Amino acid sequence: MTDPLLSVRDLRVAYRVGARDLMAVEGASFDVPRGAIVGLVGESGCGKTTVARTLTRVLAKNARIAGGEALFEGTDILALPERRMNALRWRDIAFIPQSAMNSLDPVYRVGGQILEVLRQRGGLGRRAARDRAAELFEMVGIEPRRLSDYPHQFSGGMRQRVAIALALALEPKLVIADEPVTALDVIVQRQILDTLLDLQRGLGISVILVTHDISVVAYVCDRVVVMYAGKVAEAGETAAVLDLPFHPYSMGLCNAFPDLHGAVGTLTPIEGAPPDLLDPPGGCRFAPRCPFAEARCREADPPLLDRGGHLTACHRAREADALRPLAERVETWAEMA
Amino acid sequence: MIGEPEAPRRREPPAEPSAEGARPALSDARRGDVAADPGNLPPRPGPEREAAEAPPLIEARDLAMHFRVGRSIAAALRGGGAVVRAVDGVDLALRRGESVGLLGESGCGKSTMGRLLLRLVAPTRGEVRFEGSDLAGLDRAAMRGFRARAQLIFQDPFEALNPRITIRRSLMEPLENARIPRADRQGLIDRAMELVRLPASAEFLDRHPHHVSGGQLQRIVMARALILEPSFVVADEPVSMLDVSVRAGVLNVFRDVRDRLGLTAIYISHDLALVRYVCERTVVMYLGRIVEDGPTEEIVAEPLHPYTRALVAAVPTPHPDQSHDPLPVGRGAPDARNPPPGCRFHDRCPRVHDRCRTEEPRATRIGARTVFCHLHDPA
Repeated sequence: MTDPLLSVRDLRVAYRVGARDLMAVEGASFDVPRGAIVGLVGESGCGKTTVARTLTRVLAKNARIAGGEALFEGTDILALPERRMNALRWRDIAFIPQSAMNSLDPVYRVGGQILEVLRQRGGLGRRAARDRAAELFEMVGIEPRRLSDYPHQFSGGMRQRVAIALALALEPKLVIADEPVTALDVIVQRQILDTLLDLQRGLGISVILVTHDISVVAYVCDRVVVMYAGKVAEAGETAAVLDLPFHPYSMGLCNAFPDLHGAVGTLTPIEGAPPDLLDPPGGCRFAPRCPFAEARCREADPPLLDRGGHLTACHRAREADALRPLAERVETWAEMA
Repeated sequence: MIGEPEAPRRREPPAEPSAEGARPALSDARRGDVAADPGNLPPRPGPEREAAEAPPLIEARDLAMHFRVGRSIAAALRGGGAVVRAVDGVDLALRRGESVGLLGESGCGKSTMGRLLLRLVAPTRGEVRFEGSDLAGLDRAAMRGFRARAQLIFQDPFEALNPRITIRRSLMEPLENARIPRADRQGLIDRAMELVRLPASAEFLDRHPHHVSGGQLQRIVMARALILEPSFVVADEPVSMLDVSVRAGVLNVFRDVRDRLGLTAIYISHDLALVRYVCERTVVMYLGRIVEDGPTEEIVAEPLHPYTRALVAAVPTPHPDQSHDPLPVGRGAPDARNPPPGCRFHDRCPRVHDRCRTEEPRATRIGARTVFCHLHDPA
């Protein structure tokens, strides 16, 4: 097996809240293989966006990397001086933000912003940059003549495509996308996901896709990392994790999601809310919401164990086959309400 | 027909939990206050017929809402500027107890449609009839009666509730506005909280919104809309701001409440999978017009309009092994300022032909469905 493009090990990120540290990410580990799309999923506050931002080293002022490493082609990008990190941005690692609405400068023509990246960062000449910009627009399905438009002349979906074109301008090895399709309509969403898939297949880029949408993961991701309360609950190949989840939280997420082409059935909510990270529970952080929690779950934090490439942090992972049918029943979770 | 707000009616205790998807039959007493106004709804063939004979609870006729969006203040003063035809000639009738999903992309007019049906805005053209009365003709008292019986469930629970007042105060407001006697108020609050499966304890009711989770907040928004026991609700993307894990709970409460109260409901969403979960009938809108209307299961299984086909095909399934067909729709986005002539979908339609570019499609009935598409129009 070849080395992964990116290997995140025991990442810890803290936010300063008043006089205390809130551990938004506490010991996250996962790999991004070359040419793979990896989904980071979980509820709001689970730390998925913090992980994405940490990897681009664009963190909020009150955030601090408290430990761990992120090896990008063998180099720990968390330890790089800012000047060298800046050289990697756009060229090797590009970021697609959640709302492209705000990432484009409203007073400059869209084309100008792409040309700037191509010329300043990529060192292209004027003509070459212009040709490349047109090519990028075509790639994401926008007519090149629209390069001379201003951001406000684009719809939300178009702006998101501009953000993707911008991220791909210098053919980076890794694209980190934070909920790139969440605010969009289904048809545009599908078109953008198809664009990402084409680029992955055509250019061999790797993508970290932050999302809360299980169907988006099922559609584009080769691998998925399920996060809960700042920790990795489960990780593995998408088919393995979504079809045969080991962690009760993953089971719950899958059963809470409607399937347009399956039986209507009844959706199963995960009762309760994620813990307060300023005062997280001892033991497994999901235990207070888990219908299968036992005494040991409240006492000891389960380690992330590898079972043939499928990683799970659950004391009862061995019993997953027996727990899965129970997790499909609303009553199982209702008892936790 | 619509008078002063009725004294709050005690409803009979809920029957045994009804089977999946089944609606409790409407009692004769409730049918009794329906105004006789036959002939509004074209007769439907087949098993739908019996239900269709009852006059609709709410009905829109040739409803239109145009907004002027001036490019400059000067243009607006001159009466110039572009006109957005948010809703442009919609006929829609809802039977009592029916749940209808209004489905479409942003800008298709679905939210405006919801607001028109509640008369939160006055239409540019056309009319809305509630129990046979044109809402435009209601006097103040009758309007207050309508307001109590037709409610909106807001999209964003974090904005729908005043953060400075307690949950109890938020629930009390509609009761005061509707002039419910003081003695009856606590009972109605208890009942509404029970409906949405939240505790009616003093401790909970005296909390402020920021001390309650997002899922609970949305249920409180729902309780507030239901507290006057309305007969008609419009839910505008009620779960779009919520995490997946709590969405299911809110949707389950919505389904349960609707069945227990026999509500007539409009559920506005861009997500067909969600609409399918709560509505037996779906109305698909595109650029201010209805393109397809019919039983949700039929629409999901075999969409007739090419736009509906694209919507159905675009929804990914949560199963990784499922194969996906290429998306049957052209690039580009609908522009409500310049809808194309003829069929409004023709510039993105993979099955477009000459007639679509010039002639607006008519309503064509196919079984229980209505579709506006030349492909299905025998003429």
